[in-house]
Amino acid sequence: MENRDTKAWLYLLPAILFLGVFMIYPLVDVVVYSFEQGYNSASQSFSGVGFFNFSYVLRDPYFLQALKNTFILVIITVPVSTAFALLISVALSSIKKLQDLFQTVYFLPYVTNTLAVGLVFMILFKRTPYSDGLVNLLIGWFGGEAVDFIDGPYWAKMFVLCFYTVWVVLPFKILVLTSALASVDRNYYNAARVDGTSRGRIFRKITLPMISPMLFYLVITGFIGAFKAYSDAVALFGTNLNAAGMNTIVGYVYDMLYGNSGGYPSFASAAAILLFLIVLTITCINLLVKNRSAKN
Amino acid sequence: MEQSAEFNRARRAERLQNGTRKTLTYLLLSVWALIVLFPFYWMLLSSVKSYSAYNGEFIPKFFTLNPTLQNYVDAFSAVPLGRYFFNTFVFTVITTALMLVVIVLAAYAFARLNFRGKNLVFTLFLALMMIPNELVIITNFVTITNWNLRNTFLGLILPSVTSVFYIYLLRENFAQVPAELYYAAKVDGTSDMKYLWKVMLPICRPTVVTVVILKVIECWNSYVWPRLITDKESHFLVSNGIQAIRENGFGRENIPAMMAAVVVISVPLIVLFLIFRKKIMEGVSRGGTKG
Amino acid sequence: MKVVLQNLTKQFPGRNKQPGVTAVNNFNFEIPDGELIGLLGPSGCGKSTVLNMLCGLQKPSAGRIFFGEEDVTDLPPEKRGVGMVFQNYALYPHLTVLQNILFPLQNLKGEQKLSKQEMTDRALEAAKLVQIDMLLDRKPSELSGGQQQRVAIARALVKMPRVLLLDEPLSNLDARLRLQTREEIRRIQQETHITTIFVTHDQEEAMSISDHIVVMNAGVFQQMGKPQEVYDDPVNLFVAKFLGTPPINVFDGEVRGEALFIGADRVLDVPGVRDGAVTVGIRPEGFLLRDGGALRCRLKAVEIMGRDKSIVAENPACQSPTIRAIISAEVSCDVSQTEIGFDIKPQKLCLFEPESGARIRFAAK
Repeated sequence: MENRDTKAWLYLLPAILFLGVFMIYPLVDVVVYSFEQGYNSASQSFSGVGFFNFSYVLRDPYFLQALKNTFILVIITVPVSTAFALLISVALSSIKKLQDLFQTVYFLPYVTNTLAVGLVFMILFKRTPYSDGLVNLLIGWFGGEAVDFIDGPYWAKMFVLCFYTVWVVLPFKILVLTSALASVDRNYYNAARVDGTSRGRIFRKITLPMISPMLFYLVITGFIGAFKAYSDAVALFGTNLNAAGMNTIVGYVYDMLYGNSGGYPSFASAAAILLFLIVLTITCINLLVKNRSAKN
Repeated sequence: MEQSAEFNRARRAERLQNGTRKTLTYLLLSVWALIVLFPFYWMLLSSVKSYSAYNGEFIPKFFTLNPTLQNYVDAFSAVPLGRYFFNTFVFTVITTALMLVVIVLAAYAFARLNFRGKNLVFTLFLALMMIPNELVIITNFVTITNWNLRNTFLGLILPSVTSVFYIYLLRENFAQVPAELYYAAKVDGTSDMKYLWKVMLPICRPTVVTVVILKVIECWNSYVWPRLITDKESHFLVSNGIQAIRENGFGRENIPAMMAAVVVISVPLIVLFLIFRKKIMEGVSRGGTKG
Repeated sequence: MKVVLQNLTKQFPGRNKQPGVTAVNNFNFEIPDGELIGLLGPSGCGKSTVLNMLCGLQKPSAGRIFFGEEDVTDLPPEKRGVGMVFQNYALYPHLTVLQNILFPLQNLKGEQKLSKQEMTDRALEAAKLVQIDMLLDRKPSELSGGQQQRVAIARALVKMPRVLLLDEPLSNLDARLRLQTREEIRRIQQETHITTIFVTHDQEEAMSISDHIVVMNAGVFQQMGKPQEVYDDPVNLFVAKFLGTPPINVFDGEVRGEALFIGADRVLDVPGVRDGAVTVGIRPEGFLLRDGGALRCRLKAVEIMGRDKSIVAENPACQSPTIRAIISAEVSCDVSQTEIGFDIKPQKLCLFEPESGARIRFAAK
């Protein structure tokens, strides 16, 4: 059936072409880049092969700062957003009136442009000579000191970044968890109620185990997503993230590639591969934890 | 009865507890709804405050009595916002359309056609789903630069045309269409292409619509690739445009005009969302993550 | 524990301008202590609503429910001391059989709290009662339908409920298992003496194991009694038609001068019945085949069923296309003849008002 095979490959041809050029070839190439020492993009030549790029990146203070920022961001936002999404979803599924309205409102951030709304967050948090900004006004009402969250101390900037990240990722998590909660058979709750199970126990012993696959899915995708944080930071602090001290690993990759400090695809590749390895490790750990807890 | 008095007390206590719980639940939900909505309100509000009024408020006001549309005029005249819009529109439409052709053909081949090495190729495709975009974007950047496609639509569009995930999503849906339909069509002498367009696609329309919506959202909000590949305003998309406005847009820090631009950029997707609310939420919960 | 329903009513408010539904309309009956009661009716007649009100998952719109002397109408489910077996069993899929059975015990608080040992003992006892004590470490997904059913019953029994409720307990089982399981439910009920109410739409199931059956239709109570009594002496046409396989044969008839006519045939003397049109119900076993019998019918077919024969015939006055009569296998029946005659056993014939379907009684000779 030569003819049949040819036809199938014809159908696949566009996909294979695009994927080959823009995915498979780059995949090989990025590894090659990362091992080529002193690659010059102008002359397309390099002076040696080895781990030089990796060791350079790992000693670059900007990269270390980006690494630190990313890890802090991940460690804070993943648990906070997952737990908060769970809280909201449980509350949302316990009500009847206005449920649709709340659901629609909560989903709005998903369809908005991260860069655009980030600007709104920036002006809400920013302190300028003309105005302390709205958030500082609120802090003032409660008797606190005004802080510049955008150009001020590190923790303040990190707080805004985390806050905005949670704001951006929650819609997806709330959506997934509410549909997971809705798919739990009502009869389990009825059976538990007839048996006099307290609300807390119903939640711990029935609801949580039933939605745990979805929770794990959210945690894993949450980790992956948070490690790739970038545009949220750009939206809040501008494109020069290194100067703001708020760069992320992905930001570092792009900065190495292009822009004022750009032109070093080898370093960018090394950093990207490091990021990939970190994400891979974390995902594997997650899966291990999941399998272990599934066994118990 | 003595017993019933006790029960009544217990019942009253329980009712009170339920009432408190309900109040707290609604309170929590309302507070979060407020936090979600507030930035939208604030951008609308700031966009209708005049430049001088905005900068005159050391303590920001929560409303304005003199709304003005001047900022919107500025947003379109002082910076080429209309141009950004047009670019994004063209980029979104062409990318989505091209992608649709590519993934429909591929999904059909995987779902319905039989050929040697199908399983192997499909497994390879699935493996590609794990590859993060960050890893391949470096070479793509170099490739597009070498092809002299920087600051062109072609350069913007080409790397965004395929999505392994959408091929997978569509194939799963195609595979659910009963094989009997295909054989019946074959017996009637229908060609594969005709079968695909006349039978398969109409049946799987919901999934196709989902994929289109997700891709449109993705295109409209894409920032990283356009930023790398364009540095001329003539080819900026809205995300880059807004970033450019922020960094050196109106000559001076004109926040009301900036907010007007933000409103204009946000509105199309919000309108799209409000129209296709059910579809979008269903589609996203089936297969979307932001990013 | 005796269970009393007093004027029990449940209305569901209408939605989107549709009228509301009265799922249960003014129920009054008393279930004696320690009995197995089958609550019987066609699908959607409000049986499950009654059950849900009994266990406290739904609140009645009006009326009271008593367990013994205690008014439980306003009590939440956990304070009523009921065990419930759900139609799809509602076994927690992530817990083992033992953990599922232990679950209700672990909810107990305060004085009722049990030690670990006591809990395990009680769970084992319940598991033994339903004969699943060898499956304790399995997950529900590893069990057959019948085994899941038993686990669900054990879980309902383990807290020693005052009343046990079963919602369509056999509907998810295949035919063979159904027979076996209904015997099992009977045995467990007789061993524990717990007042048990089960809901079913299958009249055979209800008749075979219940001490009493309650027949309801469209939210309205019809009749309660021992299965045989209800079968033999239905209060109305609905009950008569709902019970029995093959179903009762229904004819349009007329009473003239205290005699019942079906078509032109004078079938039976019915002393004390006023003249006029009536609806006549004759049980399949109420026919006696006799040449020159009172009721003449056209013979269609004879089906041999081993133990007995089923005669399929036609009569223009019959409300259904065919009549089905069950006669002993020994009675010979000439298949070649076209017309046959039946005598009717008076105690197997019921008269009903044509309009209301209410029973018309007469003194059978």
